[in-house]
Amino acid sequence: MSSITRRAVFALSLFTVLPAFAQDNNPLAAPQSEGSSNSQTVTVGSADFPESQLLATIYAKALEAEGMEVATRLNIGSREVYIPALLDGSIDLLPEYAGALLSYFDKDSSAHAPDEVAAALSEALPDGITMLTPSDAQNSDMLSVTRATADEYDLKTIDDLKPVAGEMIVGAPPEWRTRHEGLVGLQEVYGIEFQSMKPLDVGGPLTLSALVNGQVQAANLFSTDPAIAANDLVVLEDTRNLFSAQNIVPVINEDKLTDEIQSVLDEVSEKLTTDDLVAMNGRLANHEGYDAVAEDWLTENGMN
Amino acid sequence: MILFDWLLDPANWSGPYGAPMLVFEHILYTLAAMIAAAVIAMPIGLFVGHTGRGEFVIAGAANVLRALPSLGLIVLLVILFAPVFASDLAFVVPSLIVLVLLAVPPIMTGTYSGIANADRAAVDAAKGMGYTPMQVLMRVELPCALPLIFSGLRSATLQVISTATIAAYVSLGGLGRLIIDGRAQNDYSQMAAGAILVGLLALFVDLFIELVATLSVSRGLTRREPRRLSRWGRRLNPFRTQS
Repeated sequence: MSSITRRAVFALSLFTVLPAFAQDNNPLAAPQSEGSSNSQTVTVGSADFPESQLLATIYAKALEAEGMEVATRLNIGSREVYIPALLDGSIDLLPEYAGALLSYFDKDSSAHAPDEVAAALSEALPDGITMLTPSDAQNSDMLSVTRATADEYDLKTIDDLKPVAGEMIVGAPPEWRTRHEGLVGLQEVYGIEFQSMKPLDVGGPLTLSALVNGQVQAANLFSTDPAIAANDLVVLEDTRNLFSAQNIVPVINEDKLTDEIQSVLDEVSEKLTTDDLVAMNGRLANHEGYDAVAEDWLTENGMN
Repeated sequence: MILFDWLLDPANWSGPYGAPMLVFEHILYTLAAMIAAAVIAMPIGLFVGHTGRGEFVIAGAANVLRALPSLGLIVLLVILFAPVFASDLAFVVPSLIVLVLLAVPPIMTGTYSGIANADRAAVDAAKGMGYTPMQVLMRVELPCALPLIFSGLRSATLQVISTATIAAYVSLGGLGRLIIDGRAQNDYSQMAAGAILVGLLALFVDLFIELVATLSVSRGLTRREPRRLSRWGRRLNPFRTQS
């Protein structure tokens, strides 16, 4: 083949291949198509931290136990990633945290108590997705420090951090840098600016290890984390309600919602308690599998 | 065009999270890991290539090291090292260990096979002229092995540049910061900027090593080059005779 022909063939092949990439500019959409085209199947998604994956597994198994077709896409990422996936139909159902989700859709909301948050959230949700009844179980974002740091600076509330935050490094997930329930809100609501932020994982082993071993002096963990009691960490009280009520709530694509799904998920939400979450997170931290922990909870609550 | 939004925003070209700083950090991690890896891998490669002893050991070791999952290893090492160092070293040391482990196999096997495959005639001639084993290694085998050593260094460097992005997973800087933060913040142009800059950096560094290799490999080993150089040489040589 002459070099001109070869180049022409190469150029042509580029033109045929490139549009295929261009159409798929949403990386979450591509592998999804088979699942969401089938209107019978409910695709359950989750965020990229253990509790969310566990709750999604519980939802999926509870629905499966009633004979429904369920697919799971766990460990998707942060809220900034999975909410667009829910809106475009890549996933249909998610376990969510009411206050954090409200803050995502309405940054200025002042709702704080569980009822207020739930009411504000159902207003704020965009068309096409809807929330079911929130559970009483809660798990909020919070800032914690070690007992030694708390004693040294006499820290009880987030406000107490203000004079010393300039010398502290805070450990948090990468999305905290730009999130209202993160550095942005801490600055606006409390006027706190840390020396710097170390982007770690979402309340996981890296964050915990960095806090306990002193690479960071304050860290974003979750209130249902059994490691807080195990490591004698101090949770700083959120006196100005930056982190609002975080009741667990299933959020679902309206097109997929049936009475049957609603009754199953409402039953899960009703039976789930904050203590259950702490206990189950403890089992996950001991390297037990999501399936086993989820199945045990369903069995205990007679939903299996 | 969303692909270039981040790169075209002047705000992203200064400060601790600006592109120049991130590229600098990325090069720093790469350089540190490559130097450490070369210091470990080259003597081993030279020894095994020269003596022919322990070939199976380095072949096995290289394969084992290649199979290590970098991301899993870095998280494990951070958690293991965290109680040892109170400072950022708890993140720096694990990152460098992972990158060094990644860079050692190509450098080691490149050095070994270059030395082992040095032209036997040249080696025998050197021995016949009374060279000591060390002289044979340094003056004959090493120059003969340079093309393969450089190819080992090149593939190691490319792997390290692309894998140095995981340092950002454990809170450090480098271009991985853009990819990991971009994903967490759902900012695709930031992720694209990270990917593009890593690609460009790899390309430039590869061309640079290629240039160094071209200049340092003996002309006697490369067939193509002497002609090109001599043509240049003739043109540049002020003493050439006009014909």
